[in-house]
Amino acid sequence: MRGRIETASMASPESPSWLSARRPAGDGRLTVLVLFLPPALLLFTLFVVLPIGEAAWYSGFNWNGFGRPTNWIGFDNYRFVLESRAFWLALRNNGLIIVVSLLIQLPLALALALVLAERFRGVVALRMLFFLPYILAEIATGLIFSFVYDGDYGLVASVWRWFGAEAPHLLASTQTAMVAVVIVVVWKYFGFHMMLYIAALQGMDRSLIEAARIDGATRPQVLRYVVIPSLYPTIRLSVFFAIIGSLQLFDLVMPLTRGGPADSSNTLVTFLYNNGISRMRVGFGSAIGVILFLICVTFAFSYKRWFMRDE
Amino acid sequence: MNDVEAIRPSFNPAVLYKALFLAVMATFVLVPLLATVLGGFKSLGELRVNPFGWPQHWEWSNYADILFSKRYWQLLRNSLIISALTVTLTLIVSSMAAFTFAHVKFYGSSMLLSYLTLGLLFPAATAVLPLFIKVRDLGLLDTYFGVSLPHVAFSLAMSILLLRRFFKDIPYELLEAALVDGCTYINFFRYVTLPLSRPILATVGTITFVNSWNAYLLPLVMLNTDDLYPWPLGIMVYQGEYSSEWSLILAFITLTILPTVILFIFAQKHIVAGLTAGAVKG
Repeated sequence: MRGRIETASMASPESPSWLSARRPAGDGRLTVLVLFLPPALLLFTLFVVLPIGEAAWYSGFNWNGFGRPTNWIGFDNYRFVLESRAFWLALRNNGLIIVVSLLIQLPLALALALVLAERFRGVVALRMLFFLPYILAEIATGLIFSFVYDGDYGLVASVWRWFGAEAPHLLASTQTAMVAVVIVVVWKYFGFHMMLYIAALQGMDRSLIEAARIDGATRPQVLRYVVIPSLYPTIRLSVFFAIIGSLQLFDLVMPLTRGGPADSSNTLVTFLYNNGISRMRVGFGSAIGVILFLICVTFAFSYKRWFMRDE
Repeated sequence: MNDVEAIRPSFNPAVLYKALFLAVMATFVLVPLLATVLGGFKSLGELRVNPFGWPQHWEWSNYADILFSKRYWQLLRNSLIISALTVTLTLIVSSMAAFTFAHVKFYGSSMLLSYLTLGLLFPAATAVLPLFIKVRDLGLLDTYFGVSLPHVAFSLAMSILLLRRFFKDIPYELLEAALVDGCTYINFFRYVTLPLSRPILATVGTITFVNSWNAYLLPLVMLNTDDLYPWPLGIMVYQGEYSSEWSLILAFITLTILPTVILFIFAQKHIVAGLTAGAVKG
């Protein structure tokens, strides 16, 4: 490499005109192409793209993962998935998480952001406090809340007993398990959306607000007609992340309920884990994976097309 | 215009509502965390009657036993190895690719870039079974690399996008001038791009680290030996063993999330920037 620099730099002073023509050979552009791109392309193809294609292929077999897949059963795995009650429960649960994210979590995050985008004493500490749950591992969060909800030792039980009622085992009942999970989802992720909104609010053009105030708009009017509309791009984005995030929820549910009791709190990914991976039913699990993939990709493309066309 | 507010700042109900709102939310976030930390200092009997309050009798042995156990340090060591491996590989591979996409014009460049960003659209979980079979066939099952390489592959898309955007802001004239002076692309990358890009490299490195440190599904599928488990797997095993000895489990949780919290306090700028900027430009 060093030798090449010297020859090139010696050549350049006297021949600036043909230097650019010579450049492709001498400046190492080809070396960069040959050395710098393949590692990324190889890793990505090997561990991201191929497995998706293989999932589609394996989903046509009844296969336990050993030897080669030979028992071709066509679309039966998809039929088994679609006929299973647990799959539809999981889908409904993912839907519920999305609805709660959109109707409770995001408005909460927005309200907090509006308060915390201002400057006052301790504001940074508060932002960090609300962001903290987001960086904790989902596993740790799940375990913390399985303590909070524990019927014997937990915080909720203690409050119940304080009122003189029988302590509930929230995570052990099909009626309440999913509600309990959803509360943890809100606890864990609202800080992330709040930070997105705060970043957007801080990047906002203050003169717009001042102009509106001068024109006689009241505070609520400024909020409704100036501040919130300027946040629309960020809101669309945070909706996107809330939905994609809900679709891949797994780690958080495992320590809380593992998808139980009686499949009542499965998400699509815990359903995939419980039925495909832990029993090594590769075909069945791959079929679930392909369905999840199709849901994610269809959603991502149509959302980008409909709501984020200009970004 | 209502200058009234400005004249009379002494009592404003809006401020009161805001403070109340913040207090409620802060309580909602803090109570589970504080109860976890304090719970580790209580005996099981005390935890049952007093899960909220300050410990009556400080039980140091819960924490001490874990801190002096080989197990805790081994879990942290495994997590650290896997995360360090993942961060190093992600930074090397994605900065090289991002540099090529930012500065080298070649046929098919934008097509390849969109190919790589496909990775943003779906979670690793969708293909985790074929991924398991692939890693097994490569002989990487039950190794640190078996966890790390797929993780690198899945973090490439976001890392390349973030890095490319930053690299593109390095003035093109600088590259032109360097090339005229006989510098090669590779040397420009090594001596100009990378040193100028420390902030974004730190940001990408921090996001990758946090994600890999906290990951559960990939190591769960790829590792079979307890000795190799990173802490999220280890803590689930621990919880399985001590099923309702909550004070021990709470102490264990506290000690395992401690490194994250410390990192957060010291690198909050990079963490917030990375985790939100990544999202904004996704």
